[in-house]
Amino acid sequence: MHSIIDVNINLSRYPTRRLPDDEPELLVRKLKSVGVSEAWAGSFDALLHRDIEGVNLRLKKDCERFGQRILIPFGTVNPALPDWKEDFHRCVEKHHFRGIRLFPAYHRYLLNDKRFVELLHLAEDAGAIVQVVMTVEDARTQHPLLSVSKIDSKPLIDIIPGVPNLKLMLLNAFRDTNMNTITKICENKNVSVDIAMLEGVQKIRILLEKVSVNQILFGSYFPFFYIESALLKMKESQLNSDDSKKIFYQNAKNLISE
Amino acid sequence: MKTDVERISGDAGSCCRRDFLATTLAGLTLASCNQLIGKEDVSPINYSAFPIWDSHCHLSSIFGNSPEEKMTHFLKIADVTGIEHVVIYMGWPFVLDPTPEILKKQNDQVLRAMKVNPDRISAYVYVNPNHVDASLNEMDRCFENKGMVGIKLWVASRCDETSLAPIIRKAEKQNAVIFQHTWIKTTGNLKGESTPMQLVELAKKFPEAKFICGHAGGVWELGIRAIRPYSNIFVETAGSSPTAGFVEMAVRELGAERVIFGSDAGGRSFASQISKVLGADISEQDKKMIFKDNYQKLLMMN
Repeated sequence: MHSIIDVNINLSRYPTRRLPDDEPELLVRKLKSVGVSEAWAGSFDALLHRDIEGVNLRLKKDCERFGQRILIPFGTVNPALPDWKEDFHRCVEKHHFRGIRLFPAYHRYLLNDKRFVELLHLAEDAGAIVQVVMTVEDARTQHPLLSVSKIDSKPLIDIIPGVPNLKLMLLNAFRDTNMNTITKICENKNVSVDIAMLEGVQKIRILLEKVSVNQILFGSYFPFFYIESALLKMKESQLNSDDSKKIFYQNAKNLISE
Repeated sequence: MKTDVERISGDAGSCCRRDFLATTLAGLTLASCNQLIGKEDVSPINYSAFPIWDSHCHLSSIFGNSPEEKMTHFLKIADVTGIEHVVIYMGWPFVLDPTPEILKKQNDQVLRAMKVNPDRISAYVYVNPNHVDASLNEMDRCFENKGMVGIKLWVASRCDETSLAPIIRKAEKQNAVIFQHTWIKTTGNLKGESTPMQLVELAKKFPEAKFICGHAGGVWELGIRAIRPYSNIFVETAGSSPTAGFVEMAVRELGAERVIFGSDAGGRSFASQISKVLGADISEQDKKMIFKDNYQKLLMMN
């Protein structure tokens, strides 16, 4: 069995629904049962809570308490909040998070927002991975009271060349961003995408024709999605052994070791 | 040549469909599908231990230029995922409000695709309530094929429109499954797009007919509630995100026997859709029923 690094999971509660595995003990048990050796975890609390440091502290504590060395916390920074840079510095310098997770749709800023661009530069300087969650839920099924706008990813095409050493990861990118835009963005080799919201028959195999295998990561969006979805996509696409190793763990490992 | 039963009943189509299913029941097994699985086994989990009947497949978004080419490719991928039988409907490209000519063309595409492997492929006749006569003619024409087991209603017209009645009556007479696409989009439905609540209104008028609530309304927490009191409506799992909790709620509120597996491939991956059942916290027996038994039973019932 491959070792798996899942770059896209969340702790805590989704705002509008309890999920079958949203208790941390259950979540870790499930991850271990399918061979996940490391899971990069954000917190659903970060979607709506304004006390982001409180969210990040709980995330860190839960990862330590329940994580069995599998859960790796990714704190959130919301650049639309006052004094957001302090949150970033705490994530990097105080909590020693490997990276940060951003939710632009819920935090209501565009990807050409100067605060977002400034945050990318800070992360580049600090060597922190930045995960941008492009979609939280299919807009068609969102709760009407939490009906957030889709994020336009096109500004990234112009922004990313300005941060060439940034380790940027787009999570859940395939729901609302078309393949042409993804391809264009991924011309920058410091960008990676995960497969959680990639849909269509044998779509990983098709994606490989457009994006380098070195830029594709295994992300499940568990526990919001059944983790079996991402695992079976790997099987459905009938990848060769080298490609599957890269996607399952090697690419993520490379991001950490660089 | 007609059988005695067909001569007496005058209902050749439905009788043939039952014969077809009885034959297919004893047909492919998962083991035979697994022999075709690709050489690279890269994922730490396996597809269902149970054979799968996929009640919701399309030819669009599948590699190939002809129905035969598309279907051949489609079945190869179905082999990888443990799917032994597929139900296809609508040709390509998708047209929201198809003319009679387009209906015929797309049903012809499906009929051609079925010939690739008649034992593994069933289909629904694509109909449009905005063209009732043409739809009835298409049903007459297509039901001559024993593998045509139902009708597909998409988004041309809402299912609570009275124009639909002759189509439903004919489907009922033909013992055909009635599949209605449903969504309750937070972002707003298309003008002719039906909700599960509208399907309920239709099902109340035809209590003996068997309906499938396609996509469970997308927002499944609402779709499941809407159809809950009406035992002649089955919920179908296809074509939405693999959001955890969906199938658990469906089984809890409707009973596993009213839940039918579908993928909506090629627009969706088989993988994400199979995961909804495979990953659900339900019994193995429930999974077996959802993956195959319930749908087979529904077709035999009709």
